[in-house]
Amino acid sequence: MRWSPPASAGAQVSFPGVTAYIRAMVTLPPPFQTWFASRGWSIHPHQQQMLDRSGAPTLLLIAPTGGGKTLAGFLPSLIELSEDPADGLHTLYVSPLKALAADIKRNLRTPVEEMGLRIRIEDRTGDTSQTQKKRQRADPPHILLTTPESLALLTSYEDAPRMFKGLQRVVVDEIHALAESKRGDQLMLGLARLNSLCPGLRRVGLSATVEDPAAIARLLARHPDPCEILNADPGPDPDIAMLMTDDPPPWAGGGGRYAIPAVLDEVKKHNTTLIFHNTRAQAEIFFHALWLANEDDLPIGIHHGSLAREQREKVEAAMVAGDLRAIVCTGSLDLGIDWGDVDLVIQVGAPKNVKRLVQRIGRANHRYNAPSKALLVPANRFEIVECHAALEAVKEHDLDGDPRGRGPRDVLCQHILITACAGPFEADTLYAEVITTGAYVNLTRPEFDDCLDFCATGGYALRAYDRWQRLMQRPDGQWQLRDPRAVRQIRMNIGTIWDYETLKVAWKGRGGGGRPLGEIEEGFASTLTHGDTFLIGGQVVRFEGMRELTVEVTRRADKEPKVATFNGTKFATSTQLSDRILRIFQQEDWPDLPEHTANWLRLQRKVSKLPEPERLLVESFPHDGRNHTVVYGFAGRNAQQTLALIVTQRMEEEGLHPLGFVATDYATLIWGLDPLQNADPLFDPDGLREGLEKWLSGNAVMKRTFKASAYIAGLLDKNFPQSARKSGRQATFSSDILYDTLHKYDPNHLLLQITREEALRGLIDFGRIETMIDRIGGRIDHSILDRVTPLAAPLFLEPGRIAIHGSGTERVIAEEAERLMMAAGLAS
Amino acid sequence: MNEYQIAFAGIPLIATASGALWWATERVLCVSDLHLGKSERIARRGGTLLPPYENRETLGRLQTDLDRYDPRVVVCLGDSFDDLRAADHLDAESTQTLVTLMAGRDWIWIEGNHDPGPMGFGGTHMRELSLPPLLFRHIAQPGADREVSGHYHPKKRITGRGRSVLRPCFLIDQKRVILPAYGAYTGGLDCETPVLADLVGPDAVAILVGKSVAAVPA
Repeated sequence: MRWSPPASAGAQVSFPGVTAYIRAMVTLPPPFQTWFASRGWSIHPHQQQMLDRSGAPTLLLIAPTGGGKTLAGFLPSLIELSEDPADGLHTLYVSPLKALAADIKRNLRTPVEEMGLRIRIEDRTGDTSQTQKKRQRADPPHILLTTPESLALLTSYEDAPRMFKGLQRVVVDEIHALAESKRGDQLMLGLARLNSLCPGLRRVGLSATVEDPAAIARLLARHPDPCEILNADPGPDPDIAMLMTDDPPPWAGGGGRYAIPAVLDEVKKHNTTLIFHNTRAQAEIFFHALWLANEDDLPIGIHHGSLAREQREKVEAAMVAGDLRAIVCTGSLDLGIDWGDVDLVIQVGAPKNVKRLVQRIGRANHRYNAPSKALLVPANRFEIVECHAALEAVKEHDLDGDPRGRGPRDVLCQHILITACAGPFEADTLYAEVITTGAYVNLTRPEFDDCLDFCATGGYALRAYDRWQRLMQRPDGQWQLRDPRAVRQIRMNIGTIWDYETLKVAWKGRGGGGRPLGEIEEGFASTLTHGDTFLIGGQVVRFEGMRELTVEVTRRADKEPKVATFNGTKFATSTQLSDRILRIFQQEDWPDLPEHTANWLRLQRKVSKLPEPERLLVESFPHDGRNHTVVYGFAGRNAQQTLALIVTQRMEEEGLHPLGFVATDYATLIWGLDPLQNADPLFDPDGLREGLEKWLSGNAVMKRTFKASAYIAGLLDKNFPQSARKSGRQATFSSDILYDTLHKYDPNHLLLQITREEALRGLIDFGRIETMIDRIGGRIDHSILDRVTPLAAPLFLEPGRIAIHGSGTERVIAEEAERLMMAAGLAS
Repeated sequence: MNEYQIAFAGIPLIATASGALWWATERVLCVSDLHLGKSERIARRGGTLLPPYENRETLGRLQTDLDRYDPRVVVCLGDSFDDLRAADHLDAESTQTLVTLMAGRDWIWIEGNHDPGPMGFGGTHMRELSLPPLLFRHIAQPGADREVSGHYHPKKRITGRGRSVLRPCFLIDQKRVILPAYGAYTGGLDCETPVLADLVGPDAVAILVGKSVAAVPA
């Protein structure tokens, strides 16, 4: 092979100075040429570029769905393996979805078999059998397809150095999705580990279209290695519009049920339609209603992350076989499983985020260079404005996104424990390895040492665990687990997705152990009583009771269902979209919007006001036995949430008994027992700044954040070995107790520091509120009304309500207790 | 409201918001399921390293109740320690606090399933205690009468105005009182759970404790 400067192959190379890794135009070996020719294909320019630069330490390919991205990622591996099919792991492929790994395995085996290559390709996920997993460790395939969690588990085994010996390439698929979450941070720490085990390891990232490719390149590259960015042809602009219906959308509400006849018409007109929803609960309701209206018995399926694996696999198989005309789905189908013949994407509910919308649209039509077709279905009239803004943004190629902060330290704590599972380690070596990771480049040694100390001793001011350290230092200075049996517990709790407690739902069977249906949130399960009905997997089921930690249900379709609340991802509308909406509100009239929506905005303008950029609109009104206040800050969901936390604290001090709030990107809705008379003092800038300090000390969001970090950092275990489980439920207690205890006795503890950082990241810097305060300059319009306003109505259906545990709670308990005792004839 | 008056076995008793039972006429204070040393026990067994402050918190609460009621007799209704080794390994500060609390009064340690044997602390160690008309033991027995027990860590859910709250509670019927867990690191068992619901009569009352007290039908 000859190394030379890049040939001008029409490549858009972002780091033109980096040339050492670029080989001259690599010609495909004969079997590959024959195979491409037999398919009538020629190699895409970006596939050729990936091949030419395959020696580079890191490459990032940005390509639209259907652009042959996966083959571009694997082609260098296939060629290298065809030239030298030595035993052992050559390429590791990591994707955010188990299903994707299985799908890629299928797609990759086809060319390998057709070219007669002797390349072993296997996947390894949570679903792989124990026998298969054991065998893979002893005798790894050439190409292993896996997920970040399974990779973390692999690196925790003592034999990891042997298994990964000789690993040449790692391909991270859909890296744009991983880059947004802690799963990505965990993966990158894992890759740092792999690079230490295999110094020549090359990294490749495959990404959908994003607003800031350089940021993803920084995450992917092993610091300080460079990362070239290759851009594939983005293809033609999508064919996208709002779905017009005979009936206007409802005043409020989600789900888009009103549009079902129109959606069914579109399904009939197309081969295969994907119908995306923003939440699992909405997907369930929509699917149920769609099924009732489906008089032609079109084959339609449902797919979301809370459904049992068996259910999802059935739908996936039917889809691959081309047996389905439509699938109602959520983000679980956002990523690149190749469904073949999808020719229409329908997005129900406002897309919230332009980048994600563009990626979803890409799901329609996997033929390269044909425009994707998509329809937006606003769920209510507010969403018409949102959809309108989103369409404008797509036309202008104005993608959105928020920059990621530093690597979270709870993930690092878990990484330290995982490292310890594999065997003794040197602190210096591990630190040097961690700071090669993009997100942890700026991690200081003291910060690292705090994490190590937390893992070893708990890191408490009261040094209570000197005898029972989790990690201890050996005479030679290396760190190891004190109790080797702890590996089991640590391995069982690997992972960074711990948002909500969920319970399994299964059919009630004779002798127990009925077929699983899916999962619901524990909070929702706790509100169910015997005989209640809810929707799951598109079916109405009846709650029969709990069997250990499983919700048992029977078939019963005779009652209006409650709706299960799932732990599905909640999208935040991007700031860019919010700004567009605010600008639309300022128009004198709205000729571009449907008449009913324009009328609605006119009505809001008449009974109250429309929010303006230079003023703050606050509305107060009674509704459903409680007093409500809406603050239209348009500061983004996180800042609106921060605002709610501070404002409710001040309301509590003023004796208004606030009970809870919900925040969206535009507004905060607060409800409580007593009405707000004067909004001005609540939004006084100095008071708000002072309130932030108190806010940080204790509230529901902080506790929720703490809980997630406590699970990730290994302070709390979510999964226990079977033997430890019999101790029963009264042995487990709420993480809130730990938060309160730490806050009282050890306020500077690492986990509280992490919680604060997380809360500021999740709720965004107070700077956003500062910006809002500056923007409104004390100009507050407080409308006191006697009923819900048109603009406020949709807020009542927002998920993510947060309860305030203040004096209002005690009053509710007292009132309810009195009522119940009276009703029972027990009151004195 | 921080106290709730009940009449049980013909005598007046007070359920406190902290989860203690106060028998004013005999000056007996009863607390159950302190689970001292829980974090130490979990760490010793190779589990996670929980914040080691639960003894400080639990004994602090007890101190407040003792200061307020100045009991002649304190009955710890079992599971006072998370296991017997936890009693031996109690940290110096907590040991000191406990000894101070015990000074000058009768202190009864009832045996629990977590601490089924004598410990190296003063006081009297018993399986059960009869202080007529009441009988104190750790685990309620079916068919018993005038019985005061703990063990189950009862909790009660209350829902109103769209708010649902789960709180530790006393569970009381004509024949028995079941105390909530007093210890800081304790979970609970919902009163609706069959094992608890079957134990008490249909007219049972739950007294929720925590920030305030409130009684509801169980």
